Amino acid sequence: MKVNCLSCKVCGQEYEVGPKYVCEMCFGPLEVQYNWEYIRKNISIEKISEGPKSLWRYIDLLPLESDYEIDLQAGFTPLVKAKNLGEYLGLDNLWIKNDSLNPTFSFKDRVVSVASNKAKEFGLTTLACASTGNLAGSIAAHGAKGGLETVVFIPKNLEKEKIVSAAVYNPKIVTVDGTYDDVNRICTMLAEEKEGWAFANINMRPFYSEGSKTLGYEIVEQLGWEVPDNILCPGGSGSLFTKVWKGIKEFEKLGFIENVNTKMHIAQAKGCCPIINAIDNGNDFIEPVIPDTIAKSIAIGNPADGLNSVNLVNKTNGTGTSVTENEIIQGIKLLAEMEGIFTETAGGVVIASLIKLSKQNKLSPSEKTVCLITGNGLKTPDAVSNNIKTIDIDSKVNNLEELLSKV
Amino acid sequence: MTVLINIPTPLRVITKDRTVEVEGNTLSECINNLDEKFNGIKKRLINDDGEINKFINFYINGEDVRHSKGLETETKPSSSIDIVPAMAGG
Repeated sequence: MKVNCLSCKVCGQEYEVGPKYVCEMCFGPLEVQYNWEYIRKNISIEKISEGPKSLWRYIDLLPLESDYEIDLQAGFTPLVKAKNLGEYLGLDNLWIKNDSLNPTFSFKDRVVSVASNKAKEFGLTTLACASTGNLAGSIAAHGAKGGLETVVFIPKNLEKEKIVSAAVYNPKIVTVDGTYDDVNRICTMLAEEKEGWAFANINMRPFYSEGSKTLGYEIVEQLGWEVPDNILCPGGSGSLFTKVWKGIKEFEKLGFIENVNTKMHIAQAKGCCPIINAIDNGNDFIEPVIPDTIAKSIAIGNPADGLNSVNLVNKTNGTGTSVTENEIIQGIKLLAEMEGIFTETAGGVVIASLIKLSKQNKLSPSEKTVCLITGNGLKTPDAVSNNIKTIDIDSKVNNLEELLSKV
Repeated sequence: MTVLINIPTPLRVITKDRTVEVEGNTLSECINNLDEKFNGIKKRLINDDGEINKFINFYINGEDVRHSKGLETETKPSSSIDIVPAMAGG
């Protein structure tokens, strides 16, 4: 078996593998404990390199015991050298990990690939989630492909595009007249009662969150088995941020890379930055906030992995940056205009923080810096739909001089 | 006044029931009275410094008490208190 047990991150109490996420003794989070002896015997750089062009090339490091049944070909998205943006910011070695090119256009396909298949392994029949939007779409798509019932819970004020992106797969959609944190409270209470339900980010969380490690694996592999010096990541719950690091450290543990000195940088919108507040104030606790930002996919006021993220920033000499709404919009535009990549607001947060960090000389020009772009701009078009300039031409135009003068 | 507390699964080994009624005018009083009924349950909810266990969220009528007065948040007649594990979501 690849997974020995679940164990509490806080008190170490061990539990049999199952759809559970919280320690019965201290309420600490449960995490997967792998059988590393088994993994070492099965894995090699060669085997990974010859694997499928999806996150399944890393299946030996994911908490599934059987082969995957549900597959939308998530992962192995492009890592592109951002030459233009790098030149503009004075960074010679800037990279964009474009995870908006996943099957449902966000990194959530990675975590849902793992959660949906684990749900099948457990014999659960309904796939559900509390979502800020991207997760709902991914759950609905994977459930459709895998023949599972799907129920997605979202805040009512979500962008229409995100609701449509989930609705098209025909899940049951439940809207809550409140914030993501309200949705999360309701789902956590439901997860305690619903038999046969796999709430991806609640009772499946120890397995689900492991899917994010594959972003870390891919960055290393696509850099030619080299370690990046900086990673910039958007911060919602903080789960992605901590798991990208975990993935890189696992490659080090396996001897695939050495001397991991990556500085981990997290970015949030000023309208919802409980993690940045804790970093700035030197707090060892997270003070919840009520979110108010256009970066809805990361608008989590009480982030589950907030404190782990603060610790990771401090441990790796990273930074935490918060950015204004206007900076988010400028970030989206800059990435589009310079690199031809249209990201959603969370990506705008990352690019805005990149601009800030480079202006503050916190990134050295020769260092390998990787920005995680985790969602697609077509999900949040309103952010950049103002002041679109067009040149309007009469379809019957026949004056060549007039036409030439216009375009 | 009497309030209803929704008990999460990890604590149902102590309470047996998924809901418990207790008396109290603040969250703190309610927790103390819950501990009178079910000895030792407070230790699981409140840390040695007298603060809410950081892996637990308390909600009174759906409002996170951390946005209000924490343990001193007042209850109202027919309030319900939810005890919800914090390590979920996102």
